[in-house]
Amino acid sequence: MPDITNSLFVFMLAGFIGFEVIRRVSPLLHTPLMSITNALDAIAVVGAIVLAGHGHSQLAHILGTIAIVAATANIVGGFIITDRMLKMFKLSRTQK
Amino acid sequence: MALNNTVIQILYLVASALFILSLRWMSSPATARRGLFAGEIGMVLAIGGTLLHSGILTYRWIAIGLVLGTIIGVPLGKVAMTAVPQRTALSHAFGALCVTLVGTAHYYLGLQEGGLPKFTMGVLCAEVILGSLTFTGSLMAAGKLQEVLPQRPITYKGQNFVNLGLLAVSIILAVLLVIDPSRSHLFPFIIGIPLAFGIFMIIPIGGADMPTVISLLNSYAGLSAAAMGFVLDSKLLIIAGALDGSSGFILSVIMSKAMNRSFTNVLFGAFGQVAPAATGKGEEKTVRSATAEEAAGILAAANKVVIVPGYGMAVAQAQHKVREMYDVLTKKGVDVTFAIHPVAGRMPGHMNVLLAEADVPYDKLKEMDDANSDFPQTDVALIIGANDVTNPAARTDQSSPIYGMPILDVDKARTVMVIKRGMSPGFAGIDNPLYYFDKTLMLFGDAKGFVGDIVRELSGGHGH
Repeated sequence: MPDITNSLFVFMLAGFIGFEVIRRVSPLLHTPLMSITNALDAIAVVGAIVLAGHGHSQLAHILGTIAIVAATANIVGGFIITDRMLKMFKLSRTQK
Repeated sequence: MALNNTVIQILYLVASALFILSLRWMSSPATARRGLFAGEIGMVLAIGGTLLHSGILTYRWIAIGLVLGTIIGVPLGKVAMTAVPQRTALSHAFGALCVTLVGTAHYYLGLQEGGLPKFTMGVLCAEVILGSLTFTGSLMAAGKLQEVLPQRPITYKGQNFVNLGLLAVSIILAVLLVIDPSRSHLFPFIIGIPLAFGIFMIIPIGGADMPTVISLLNSYAGLSAAAMGFVLDSKLLIIAGALDGSSGFILSVIMSKAMNRSFTNVLFGAFGQVAPAATGKGEEKTVRSATAEEAAGILAAANKVVIVPGYGMAVAQAQHKVREMYDVLTKKGVDVTFAIHPVAGRMPGHMNVLLAEADVPYDKLKEMDDANSDFPQTDVALIIGANDVTNPAARTDQSSPIYGMPILDVDKARTVMVIKRGMSPGFAGIDNPLYYFDKTLMLFGDAKGFVGDIVRELSGGHGH
């Protein structure tokens, strides 16, 4: 039985932290921000991993494996594309 | 076993901290790559910790999933920068799919293992409903952005009624399930109905509204992951989901403000209902047009030029030609900057990424407020593929559907030049009075071709 209040407190605090942190992100980086939060959100893969490795249930294996595929694709793809984007942002070279 | 669990929890704790730092460092381009690195380390720690989980009896399926996911993920990471909006929508769909499937499995396993507590059932319903509607909604958005589906908004009578009705029915079913989780015959419906809702939700949405919609779907995806965290009692998931949820939420607020839409409008996904304005066809209005040679002459004689890019630049793939023009003009001593409207393009920050890809230094990319204080001192405002975000009717004409929307005040510049294919109205179907101003020069043609011509004229030795 999950500890409800604990979870709610964590959610509330993380929500506020998210607000404060994201508010500061320059509009310049909104696209990479969305790509990286996408990759981080795919942390749902941990739930899928436990499910797919779960005992003997056929259902858990099938659904868990598909879920791992989807989440892993987001993790890998999200990090690669964020990296590509961030590499492109350069300052202008000093006075010509 | 207890020790094992402690190790996992500590790894999760470190991963959570790294995720927060990762987003913290995303605040500026100088630290953003460090942020990415922190995120990657956090992810590796979290996945590594999970593999130690004592409940895992077989690694076969996990390995298959990880390998297949990587095979699919690599090409998704390598798409062209112009395709980033649809890629992002697709990845929201993937994230939602993962969450929905895990939630579904958890429900049926929970039933077999002797029922689910009410709170768990409640958040599980939230997880599955949000996940399902985000899944189809994001697929629809991706389809519209990829132009597999028609981009024009499709509206019909009673649309909002149907949509809200579907949502209400799924919430009622969810409540029934919470009251008695063993009503398993209801469970498929809280997947199926939100799946349909996701489709209907995106049908009335047009391309210009995509930045808001993508942000909103981002938020839904995050919230569904947080709900999954509640079900699994995983603080790591709750934190990551809350971060993603608030990120999407903030972005959708910024986007809706930039389009002057109310917030309830955003929450219910009821956008794209701008009725095509009845433009008086009888009015004879004259426009002044210019050739590439004339445009080049004006640009070369200017001290300060502000370029306003829009989705049309992305469609024409003109960003590299634009950068060449930027280079030539800068070499001639002209001060060139770019004014970026928050909703320019098809997702938040879309134009910045395209211009950065074309090697335009990011300190030349100005946000709307900064740009607007520059326009009165600007000699030439050059608009490439943007329309509604420059429409002065938003400031002056109360009857205009976009009245009140913050715009780039290009009309304050001494001369305005607009590269456009023809005189057709913008996406929202609204006539732009800017085009009929005396100071406005229309440059008719394809953005890429026309900018190319200007570059040729500029570097063709028409020396001053």
